[in-house]
Amino acid sequence: MSDAPILQIRSLSKAFGPVQALSGVQFELRRGEVHALCGENGAGKSTLMNMIGGILQPDEGDILIDGKPMTIASPAAAQKMGIALVHQEIALCQDATVAENICMAAINSRRAPLMNFQQVHADAEKAMNRLAPIAVRTKVADLSISSQQLVEIAKALTLDCKVLILDEPTAALTETEAQRLFAIVRGLKQRGISVIYISHRMAEIFSLCDRVTVFRDGRYVATEAIEATSPNDVVRKMVGREITQLYPDKLPADAKPGRALLSVSGLSDGTRFTNVDLDLRTGEILGIGGLIGAGRSEIAQTICGLRPATAGSVVLDGKNLAIRSYADAVRAGLVYLSEDRKGSGVFLDLSIAANVSALDLGKLTGRFGLLDRRAEADQATSLARQLGVRMSGIDAAVSTLSGGNQQKVAIAKQLSVAPKVIIMDEPTRGIDVGAKVEIHRLLRDLANQGVGIIVISSELPELIGLCDRVAVVREGRIAGELGTGQLNEETIIMLASGVQPNAVYEGQAQNVA
Amino acid sequence: MHAEIKVADASRRASFARFASMREAGLIVIILALCIAMSLASPHFLTWGNFRAMLMSFSIEGIVVVGMTILLIVGGIDLSVGSVVCFSMVVSGALFLAGLDPWTASLIGIAVSALIGAVMGFFVTVVGLNHFITSLAAMVIVRGLCLVITKGTPLSLFTLPPEFKAIGQGNLQGVPYVIIIFVVVVAIFDFLLRRATAFRKVFYTGSNEKAAQFSGIKTNQVKFWVTVLCATLSGFAGVIYMARFGAATPTFGAGMELNVIAAAVIGGASLKGGSGTIFGAILGMALLSVVTSSLILLDISVYWQDMIKGCILLAAVSADHFLHRKKS
Repeated sequence: MSDAPILQIRSLSKAFGPVQALSGVQFELRRGEVHALCGENGAGKSTLMNMIGGILQPDEGDILIDGKPMTIASPAAAQKMGIALVHQEIALCQDATVAENICMAAINSRRAPLMNFQQVHADAEKAMNRLAPIAVRTKVADLSISSQQLVEIAKALTLDCKVLILDEPTAALTETEAQRLFAIVRGLKQRGISVIYISHRMAEIFSLCDRVTVFRDGRYVATEAIEATSPNDVVRKMVGREITQLYPDKLPADAKPGRALLSVSGLSDGTRFTNVDLDLRTGEILGIGGLIGAGRSEIAQTICGLRPATAGSVVLDGKNLAIRSYADAVRAGLVYLSEDRKGSGVFLDLSIAANVSALDLGKLTGRFGLLDRRAEADQATSLARQLGVRMSGIDAAVSTLSGGNQQKVAIAKQLSVAPKVIIMDEPTRGIDVGAKVEIHRLLRDLANQGVGIIVISSELPELIGLCDRVAVVREGRIAGELGTGQLNEETIIMLASGVQPNAVYEGQAQNVA
Repeated sequence: MHAEIKVADASRRASFARFASMREAGLIVIILALCIAMSLASPHFLTWGNFRAMLMSFSIEGIVVVGMTILLIVGGIDLSVGSVVCFSMVVSGALFLAGLDPWTASLIGIAVSALIGAVMGFFVTVVGLNHFITSLAAMVIVRGLCLVITKGTPLSLFTLPPEFKAIGQGNLQGVPYVIIIFVVVVAIFDFLLRRATAFRKVFYTGSNEKAAQFSGIKTNQVKFWVTVLCATLSGFAGVIYMARFGAATPTFGAGMELNVIAAAVIGGASLKGGSGTIFGAILGMALLSVVTSSLILLDISVYWQDMIKGCILLAAVSADHFLHRKKS
């Protein structure tokens, strides 16, 4: 019996309405192994994890634990079976202390009518200290994102789990914190705990994991022992076709450089970044890379007047801009697509037409300050058609659309003002592969038409495949710029982390800056 | 020819479908059903006199509902409306008694109401408090001011000139001015809310404040001015009440905010902001009024009224929540 894998997935399927998120996938987790799960966004990794974690129920197929088929009816049921899931997004109570968050499950199942804070603090300290010296009496809201991520992991560790699922745990961590996490994971493995490790970072997977399983478009592709495969092989399996097909053609190497469209020099905001220089020419797509929290979004938002600058200048198309508000930037032809689509990109309850017209109502306003609804409808219809938004009509609420189509509506909003430069923050985050390809094509078309495109992305393949040039931000400074010939995962990671790539995962972090 | 008829038919069906899908449709059906039932139960129900009384009873409060609905759409709330209505009456009345002509006194009454709105707007947008707490404080403070100004006793204003009293008591060929004013205010704001660019920003801000900011909308300005508008309309309502009653009682309007919020919410406004219509809110008000009138005609004790109104609020909002959850 002990030979049976601790967790086994057999021909599991799950559909959300018309979208088949998973079709007949399999997966096997052995006792005490660290098993990487790879796949692009939309490949179905998170869907599978949510089913193992009891958040979603499968349509078809079996989940076997210790060789026995199980129904995991709820997250609480999953916890009882010894499955702990650490989500990519932080799901902590911001106003509670670290200790209260870590011990939430224990507090929840406690019978006694009163809290035992001494016990809570002691338990939390024990769990937390294995990861990082974070004071357990601190309020979670006062912690940085990376510390919050560590609290999430500590919380999972208190559950006395047999299976630990980590969904992109290092996305928000610094190098040192990531190292500490890897040490923890290796320790857990020695104690016989099995770990499912979801990550996009090949270097991590190859230094930490025993086996790797690849999903693509909701289907199982392959499972390999790490020794028997290579990063290139895994990437090829994830993508399923040559990279050149996924991304549109770049500017030819011998293309004449276009005229300067946007140049930013010496930009600082006094807190998150200092002395940032960026140049964008017509025809090119400029990428901005770097770790989450390095200051990429803050730089973009400051350029567009969404945050105040303390020093520096922004020149757009030869004109020095004095931008005091985002409305000024929009008027000058500079727009920003937010990284948080639902939180700050679209108005979910409002119609597609109302969303598209939000940037410039003045243009649609007729006499007496009344909105010209026909003009609004025409604008939305033509932009939706241009972008290929799949919808029942422009009166439909944006909440009825899929993520990819919501993103197209957000982009349509940017295009409605005929901008000179669009800064896109994570333009394809969380959308399916098909829509992703369409958006990439669209960006390239826009660049060819002379619109300046800046893409901020955390996905290295996207930066490498889409952009002509990538500026990498580290701790609020431009660490370096990479042209087409120099673009690869290693060079970007090196600039982003400031660490020699070979040294990173050997635990000998060394600063080259 | 044949094809044209078909097209017309299809578009008529489409517009009927659209009508049926609006929340207002359900309210209209309920109100009509209640009216039919009541006209069978009581011979006094289906009379112009009764309808005029019902309309009169909610006309002035209806003006306050207009402001409250817009404020709910932007994601705010104003618990001070009852106090502000009273404050406007008391200030105008006191100024009139001090020798000012009633028109100027009323304008000043409305202006100080707007000022209260501006102070609340300041605390919400600059200090960063939320609407609930700010207006809760304003409700108590402004009520206190009313008591201070009047020293706790009602101001008797029977000396108001008849042309001023006519606003609240007169009528145009049988239709009271109060009802006419109410219909005009509702019509103007319902139209503006649907069509004016400025009010579209109210929906953007209430639907997703962050996204509105990321679209270049100065959401604090929007919230500030809507807060001022709501208080101004309350002040306007206060002046009309003064003309109607010929008196200014320092306790008038206590509890009005609950009725007003209930009407807006029954009519489809969401406390989370982003949705609501004036027409719906007025229907909500009408429903509450028909129910009150029915209870009186059916000789049911007044003590039951509040309880029944509360149950209607719960039922309406639950039904709406249920229908919406099914759709998504």
